Amino acid sequence: MLRVDVTKQLGEFSLEASFESQGRVTGLFGASGAGKTSLINMIAGLLRPDRGVIALDDETLDDTSKGVHLPPHRRRIGYVFQDARLFPHLNVRQNLDYGRRMNKLAEDAAQFARITDLLDIGSLLDRRPGKLSGGERQRVALGRALLSKPRLLLLDEPLGSLDEGRKEEILPYLVRLRDEGIPMVYVSHDAAELRQLATQIVMLKRGRVTALGGVKVLT
Amino acid sequence: MFEISPAEWTAILLSLRVAIVATLVATPFGIALAWLLARYEFWGKSVIDAVVHLPLVLPPVVTGYLLLLTFGRRGLVGAWLADNLGIVFAFRWTGAALACGIMSFPLLVRPIRLSIEAIDRRLEQAASTLGAPPWKVFGSVTLPLALPGVLAGMVLGFAKAIGEFGATITFVSNIPGETQTISSAIYSLIQTPDGDAAAGRLVVVSTVIAMGALIASEWFARRATKRLHGN
Repeated sequence: MLRVDVTKQLGEFSLEASFESQGRVTGLFGASGAGKTSLINMIAGLLRPDRGVIALDDETLDDTSKGVHLPPHRRRIGYVFQDARLFPHLNVRQNLDYGRRMNKLAEDAAQFARITDLLDIGSLLDRRPGKLSGGERQRVALGRALLSKPRLLLLDEPLGSLDEGRKEEILPYLVRLRDEGIPMVYVSHDAAELRQLATQIVMLKRGRVTALGGVKVLT
Repeated sequence: MFEISPAEWTAILLSLRVAIVATLVATPFGIALAWLLARYEFWGKSVIDAVVHLPLVLPPVVTGYLLLLTFGRRGLVGAWLADNLGIVFAFRWTGAALACGIMSFPLLVRPIRLSIEAIDRRLEQAASTLGAPPWKVFGSVTLPLALPGVLAGMVLGFAKAIGEFGATITFVSNIPGETQTISSAIYSLIQTPDGDAAAGRLVVVSTVIAMGALIASEWFARRATKRLHGN
């Protein structure tokens, strides 16, 4: 369970959001500039709330009243950025392996094979990110986040930088992931995308939560 | 005839030793300072920046004299180092290395700082969400991406160190076999009758070393661009 109750002032923009989600895939829906990215950056620990609480299952990640702020590297929350952010100096295999090495997890060849199969990236392992297409890059970024064994996966418009054809290419992989059972927070401004993926919706408008509930709130 | 005499070899090898030691010892400090200047805003930053660049604009003889006052046998730091750690800089090759290290420091720091500033910090954020604590982010993302800049800075610093003259001769004098580098050997030779041929040979050697360093530095800079674009 994810519980968020935070406020954050960013220049002129104020974000005040409160929601709880039991859903497997929480869809964070809103126009650009609604504060979606700021909100998941706070869940990831990359941005500190001015006031409030963020808790995942039984663990408090942020609690400003108690001065609690768990740094990102200790949250075990995976993050797939809109722009992939693969490490340019590492090849695909090293990118995929990065989280495991940093968390000092044992090598798990079966898991590695399973994720690379799931995402169809087994043939790309020796390439550098600069030689990948946009869709391939995004799939590698997904694999990299998954292989760090996160307890929650954040996806910030993972299809946002792709054209229609490429979106159709990635979407089935995301559906497969959802059915794997890893809890996700999925950010998008595309209602159709969320209808296919999300099990619960948080609607955000100019920094405020305007609706909460099942996918039918999108209509 | 291009035959290098033993005395000339001594000066060449000493120059190489001084410049290599100066560069290797200065590099970790250079990386730390470049990182501080690239990433942090703090009180006194512009003062530190100015002090680092001072050797570039001060007359080298002034830097050498200041070194003599500080690190000489009776200097504040020099006396302490000699009494407590047995380290002596005055009139030793180590003093030449110190002078060269300080004179070349601004050239070493600058490319490193620029390459750290050019790194996309969002890559470091990505690394932290994958479980890397800050020092591992530095070691696995920041430093590797800045590496071509580090190497370029080392090469430039080395080239400057091997050609350094004014501060070195002021601080540690011009003792053959101990502190007489290529530059001070050339200086002595052109003041000696019949020294022209030997001076000419050393001029050729130092030109070749400097050219080599500049070409290497350019090559590292090109690699840096390639690396950052992920090809």
